[in-house]
Amino acid sequence: MLNRETLVNLILAALLLAVPLMANAFGQPFYVTLATRVAILALAATGLNLALGLGGLVSFGHAAFFGIGGYAAGILATHAFSGDPLLLGLSGTNQMPLIWLVAMLVAGLVGLLIGLISLRTSGVYFIMITLAFAQMVYYFAISWPAYGGEDGLSILVRNQFPGANTMKPVSFFLICYAVLIVALGLFVLIRGSRFGSALQAARQNEVRVATVGIAPYRIRLTAFAISAALTGLAGALFADLNRFVSPSMLSWHMSGELIVLIILGGTGRLFGPLAGAALFVIFEYVLGGLTERWQFFLGLILLGTVLFARGGLLGLLAGKARHG
Amino acid sequence: MKKLVSAATLALSMSVSSLAFAEPVKIGMITTLSGGGAGLGIDTRDGFMLAIKQAGNSEIEVITEDDGQKPELAVQIADKMIQSDQVDILTGIVWSNLLMAVAPSAVAQGKFYVSTNAAPAALAGENCNPLYFNAAYQNDNLHEAMGEYANKDYKKMFIMAPNYPAGKDSLTGFKRFYKGEVASEVYTQVGQTDYAAEIAQIRASGADAVFAFLPGGMGIAFMKQYAQSGVDIPIMGPGFSFSQDVLGAIGDAALGVKNSGHWAKDLDNEANKKFVEAFQAEYGRLPSIYAVQAYDAGQLIASAAAKADVKDTEAFRAELLKADIQSPRGKFKFNTNQHPIQDIYVREVVKDGDVLTNKILAPVFTDHEDAYAKDCKM
Amino acid sequence: MTLALALEQLLNGLQLGVMLFLMAAGLTLIFGVMGLINLAHGSLYMVGAFACAAVAAATGSFWLGLVASLACAAAAGAIVELLVIRRLYDRDHLDQVLATFALILMFSEGTRWLFGSFPLYLDIPPLLQGAVALPGGAQYPVYRLAIIAAGALVAFGLYLLIGKTRLGMRIRAGESDREMIGALGVDIRTLYTVVFALGAALAGLAGAMVGALQSVQVGMGEPVLILAFVVIVIGGIGSIKGALLGALLVGVVDTLGRLLLPKLVGVFLQPAQAGMIGGAAASMLIYMMMALILAMKPRGLFPAAHA
Repeated sequence: MLNRETLVNLILAALLLAVPLMANAFGQPFYVTLATRVAILALAATGLNLALGLGGLVSFGHAAFFGIGGYAAGILATHAFSGDPLLLGLSGTNQMPLIWLVAMLVAGLVGLLIGLISLRTSGVYFIMITLAFAQMVYYFAISWPAYGGEDGLSILVRNQFPGANTMKPVSFFLICYAVLIVALGLFVLIRGSRFGSALQAARQNEVRVATVGIAPYRIRLTAFAISAALTGLAGALFADLNRFVSPSMLSWHMSGELIVLIILGGTGRLFGPLAGAALFVIFEYVLGGLTERWQFFLGLILLGTVLFARGGLLGLLAGKARHG
Repeated sequence: MKKLVSAATLALSMSVSSLAFAEPVKIGMITTLSGGGAGLGIDTRDGFMLAIKQAGNSEIEVITEDDGQKPELAVQIADKMIQSDQVDILTGIVWSNLLMAVAPSAVAQGKFYVSTNAAPAALAGENCNPLYFNAAYQNDNLHEAMGEYANKDYKKMFIMAPNYPAGKDSLTGFKRFYKGEVASEVYTQVGQTDYAAEIAQIRASGADAVFAFLPGGMGIAFMKQYAQSGVDIPIMGPGFSFSQDVLGAIGDAALGVKNSGHWAKDLDNEANKKFVEAFQAEYGRLPSIYAVQAYDAGQLIASAAAKADVKDTEAFRAELLKADIQSPRGKFKFNTNQHPIQDIYVREVVKDGDVLTNKILAPVFTDHEDAYAKDCKM
Repeated sequence: MTLALALEQLLNGLQLGVMLFLMAAGLTLIFGVMGLINLAHGSLYMVGAFACAAVAAATGSFWLGLVASLACAAAAGAIVELLVIRRLYDRDHLDQVLATFALILMFSEGTRWLFGSFPLYLDIPPLLQGAVALPGGAQYPVYRLAIIAAGALVAFGLYLLIGKTRLGMRIRAGESDREMIGALGVDIRTLYTVVFALGAALAGLAGAMVGALQSVQVGMGEPVLILAFVVIVIGGIGSIKGALLGALLVGVVDTLGRLLLPKLVGVFLQPAQAGMIGGAAASMLIYMMMALILAMKPRGLFPAAHA
């Protein structure tokens, strides 16, 4: 017997697959692009959800990892296009799987470094220090002229995936969708593992975890690095979706939006990021079409969600979360 | 009522001449209507729409959307306009970084892009494209003009710009023509609002004059602070920093500043008089340089649409290239890289009644071409 | 580098620090007393600047504008506290971050709705125009000296308010034990509204004073907000003294960094390149400083009792 949340999750996953496929069949490829955006943002927020939802680590700097993933894709593609070696004689590449690997590695490593210092703090200090690190990366990207600085970096042709024509919106959507599903599976695995239990226990009661001989710091650091890597992967896909990377992927507004996605959908829940990303993209699209003042109304909706609908969309659809 | 009548007569008088040919043309305008840079986007939209209205061609349809000055949003809108609205031409983007996100992929998908402002070097040289037109200028032009102008009176210049590609291009453009000594070359932070540190360096530099490229809020802040600093070294800059949209906010601190431009309100020609009058009647304010550029982009598209079918890419492109328009800038034609060849003037900020505005002093360049056209092979 | 330049830059750093202190004091007070993290503080700064510019344009008097900025920012703060913020005190930081993030969107777009998209004009009052000579021969703007003086006055006023008055006693009591002060019969809800409005007024004052120096436009509060956060994190969240010292430290380091780093890099590289790379390093300098301080002292330089 399925419980209600699983049922809602399955419906959401099916909808995200069915809507763009139908839109494509009816000759409306733009909705495929919107759905791709949803899948990628959901992936980025799933990464953050690992730290924020399971570990209680309110990172206000995940835009850094999102942007780093994006730049990894952009820089590798540029070098593949121009044929200039990247560094140490290594060349660039336009093969997505390889790009993803690099994006995850780099974002994960930077996440490890940032986590190493940030996780020594907690609460508001943690929020602020992650914000500050992201700003640092942001200013670096703006002022470093080699890869476009403020102007950003164009990827003229979308990177390739073996056996698929990625320039076709539907093919690229299916790739992103598959990556998202794999990431959600990973999230489930982690949540159910001993590591995941320790991470959640550390959120609820740090002292108790420490007394049973688990070091919360190392658990959190690992979670933070994995979280950064996943968000970095999303960044690489986002770069390919737009065929463009710029420092705005690194801005603190982006960090804020990633948190917004999670809260809109429902904090700490498996499908929270997906529900939130879908809602966010629909708001942006529908409100943006209705009025230039859409940001005002977006603010109003967010405020309403925080004040009166604390469980987010999934809280409304599937009832209270099982995990506190 | 008066507004309506004058607009209607204009539309009528223009429509007689231009309705010879009428195939539907769908234009997607992506510009900045919200956020800090919205002023420029609003002028762009209004200038463009004035031209379309005056053309009186009912087959031209314009869809306008707000990019919020965010590249990823601009890309999303461009995708929607191309895939879902099936537009033929994109236009309207104000910022180079947004243009770099949208234009290359739009032309790769066979759509025209006519730029109303942004003109990065990257699209003017080797990577020029038959479907990409720039109705404004090339980013370096106005800086080059100030470099040339500075040769006359100044032996030692202090030059500064924000630390981003357009800033770097700016100082490169200035130095391309400036022959004297550069006392100091300073790059400020993008979006910086306090220039006390830079002003202190200007004071200490012993330069004869300062060239500053600081668009938007950055320029407003710098000029106000400079006026209070007690430093009396003359300031000059490209027209963007002293355009109609920011002069009001700088106030009297801008009086007397020399700046370069390819247009000013008082430029003496018939088309300009008509344009300024029509713009003021329609929107109740003075047009800025962004409005002029967008107005010309609108005229260009309308002129081509009156003679060729936009679906026939070659024919439409040929019509665009003719630049058969009456530009408020006076002379206007396209170079081989489809960027303008035009006159560039040095202007001075003056007070016209209560309103600050620019007055033309003298031409610096006539029929000026950009430095990248020779690398463009089309 | 001459002595005059060094002195001038030191004053510039001081002025930036004082301005940051006005922002940081409100933020840290609100966090100290109510445990609330307020991202919308930069919006109140913007409200102050717009109120000042609008009133100054209507009446021709900067001073009336300054009064209006205090009044409007305080009123906006009080209204926001009553409608939204007081529902957030017993929420976790995540909800607070998000709700105040939403407020930023609403304030920015709302201000644009009222005032349009073009920057407003606000000039320095005639009394404070011009420059005075510094020892060593350089000139320094009177208005910046006035900002330093005003900031010092506010710091002193806050010291008196918190140390010597009944309101200050309650604020201190609220900082050290929130339950107790309620039990003692102090109307805690009013106290919270007053503290929030006070913080808002300080931000509004900063916005108005800086607005005359920079440009009054939508979004002007955001860069300042992030710097103010850096300040309170360095100083220790909840500590006014920490905010003051943190603000001065950030102000001076940022200003001197922008001057010295490009020169330092210039020893190794071409001037144009040095300018760019030095500039890039200077823009990251205070964040690196913050990371360094937090790596050694995770609760900032002057940790408050409970934060």
